[in-house]
Amino acid sequence: MDFATIIELLDSAVRLGTPLLLACLAGLFSERAGIFDIGLEGKMLMAAFFSGAVAAMTGSAWLGLLAGIGGAMSLALIHGLASITFRGNQLISGVAVNFLASGFTVLIAQSWFQQGGRTPQLSGNARFEPITLPGADAVKDVPVIGQIYSNLLSGHTILVYVAFAMVPLTWWVLFRTRFGLRLRAVGENPESVDTAGVSVIRLRYTAVAITGVLSGLAGTYLATGLAAGFVKEMTAGRGFIALAALIFAKWRPVPALGATMLFGLLEAISNRYPNIDLGVVNLPIQFMQAVPYILTVVILAGFIGKAIPPRAGGQPYVKER
Amino acid sequence: MEKTPKWIDVGLIPLLNLLIAFVISGIVVLLIGENPVQAIKVMVDGALGSPYGWGYTLFYATNFIFTGLAVAVAYHASQFNIGGEGQATLGGLGVALVCLAFPWPHWSIALLAAMIGGAVFGAAWAAIPAYLQAKRGSHIVITTIMFNFIGASLLNYMLVNVLRPRGSMDPATARFANSTHLPTFHDMPLIGQFFGKSVPANISFFIAVLACFLVWGLIWRTKLGYAIRAFGRSESAARYAGISPVKIVMAAMLISGGLAGLMAINNVMGTGHRLVLNSVEGAGFIGIAVALMGRNHPFGVFLAALLFGFLYQGGGELALETTIPRELITVIQALVILFTGAFDNMLRAPIESFFVARAKANKEA
Repeated sequence: MDFATIIELLDSAVRLGTPLLLACLAGLFSERAGIFDIGLEGKMLMAAFFSGAVAAMTGSAWLGLLAGIGGAMSLALIHGLASITFRGNQLISGVAVNFLASGFTVLIAQSWFQQGGRTPQLSGNARFEPITLPGADAVKDVPVIGQIYSNLLSGHTILVYVAFAMVPLTWWVLFRTRFGLRLRAVGENPESVDTAGVSVIRLRYTAVAITGVLSGLAGTYLATGLAAGFVKEMTAGRGFIALAALIFAKWRPVPALGATMLFGLLEAISNRYPNIDLGVVNLPIQFMQAVPYILTVVILAGFIGKAIPPRAGGQPYVKER
Repeated sequence: MEKTPKWIDVGLIPLLNLLIAFVISGIVVLLIGENPVQAIKVMVDGALGSPYGWGYTLFYATNFIFTGLAVAVAYHASQFNIGGEGQATLGGLGVALVCLAFPWPHWSIALLAAMIGGAVFGAAWAAIPAYLQAKRGSHIVITTIMFNFIGASLLNYMLVNVLRPRGSMDPATARFANSTHLPTFHDMPLIGQFFGKSVPANISFFIAVLACFLVWGLIWRTKLGYAIRAFGRSESAARYAGISPVKIVMAAMLISGGLAGLMAINNVMGTGHRLVLNSVEGAGFIGIAVALMGRNHPFGVFLAALLFGFLYQGGGELALETTIPRELITVIQALVILFTGAFDNMLRAPIESFFVARAKANKEA
């Protein structure tokens, strides 16, 4: 494998890892606030559809982005109502959200576009185009550094750069602001937050709304950046891989970057090399596809460092009476 | 503490929740420019209007009884088994291996062996998440989700690389021998005359009904069932009473996985006569809706499975006769899960406080 191939693989890993990263950070806000979210898949799918549909109708990727965030947000609100206001089972609500998205997107897509549950092919301004970083073309032929800069770092859509910027931002918000401190506290020990006179309900709704925005970005990137339009079930389990990455990263933003890029790289490798012959064993493509899930189970089992979720996760908060 | 009457808890509130789910589904149908009344008519005609429709409705219901019971049994031990899909997938593998392994002389012997194969494979797929939950505290919801995906990959590998007959391009096993084909409703005495040859409902339906009775007996009439329910209500109390959490979680999840795996006698052995990719078709997830609606009671599961069998068959007819896609059923399923599950308190809290207040007023009067 030569250097150019490695760069190509890494470049592909960044593209494939970006939706995972955005969805993973989305889940991070919710779960850090004590709201389990197995509905990331559904929110991404909803966002992918509405962004693709609105971008196709208006010809503007930016309007598509707004619609995508709106779509994900509506499901986030349902999840919030179920888990915060009605104190229902968050896992059951997540399951419902996933099915709602899976059915609703096809139903509406068929009704609006009559193309068998997909949106029309997007082109031009209806998609987020790759951005060429300054000087990328000039240094293209410089060995190593030039190649890395122009082929790996440059040439992604704006959403990729936003996703990467979200990592330090999330870290800063969670660990360096008062809001972040309270958000983490509400996921560990909501009584203490309540005692301090801060509204648990408002904090948790805020967290769920941030989850809506970020999973909206993730879905929009799928339909308007990575692909050119929405197709039925296009998330294809990415919401669950993001959830796996979140556990893998033990609910921390910087490791989340590492985990999602690792899973993106795995997907890139299995796209390029369906069968990997290691001499002793031949790794089939099905094994490569299952690796993120297997790794997550191993991590959850605590054989390689234990993943401990936020302590109040999954429990509805009932104020003392 | 005043208690609300039982008919409200298990009758009125679930029915009202169901009603809301259907009303919203109707609004969705209106939104996409179709007539909901017409849609219901097509569904009822297609699913219940003919023996042919009933044959399909009961076939789907059989799947959902098994997966619904699977979710219900685990739920009594306060385990949310979201892995029915993967367990049923592996059950299919078990059933297929049994059917292909041996030239079975008669379907009845093949069926008994296939039931063991399906149940053992399904239970085995639930065993690892159960063990990790019981021993290492790994959240069973996450691990069973992961096992659904791992199961799909495993089946894909087995079908493409191992079980595919030489020269075939299809990722599927060879056809099972005729001697393993189960009698369908058409082949049965008394009812056979009503059902055509193409009807998929088969003897598995009666095994599913039997499973309802057995699960009822297990949960409410055996020592293990008592321990499962006690553990599900309060882990600390159960532990204090000498009930081993590891044993209960393992037992409940193995039974749950076994029930999900048993589904394969219906969809793989009963009609497919070979194992294909994605033969479960989401039935494992529908089990969640079925168990929620049936309030985890086998009789409730049976009724809810019939309802979903109707929706499934009716939804298929809808896609054929109108421009409404099949996915309407997924939306209905989602709304049922949402309202009977996650939004349960929305109606429960006001209705219960209403009845408690009334009971109090009656007492004082």
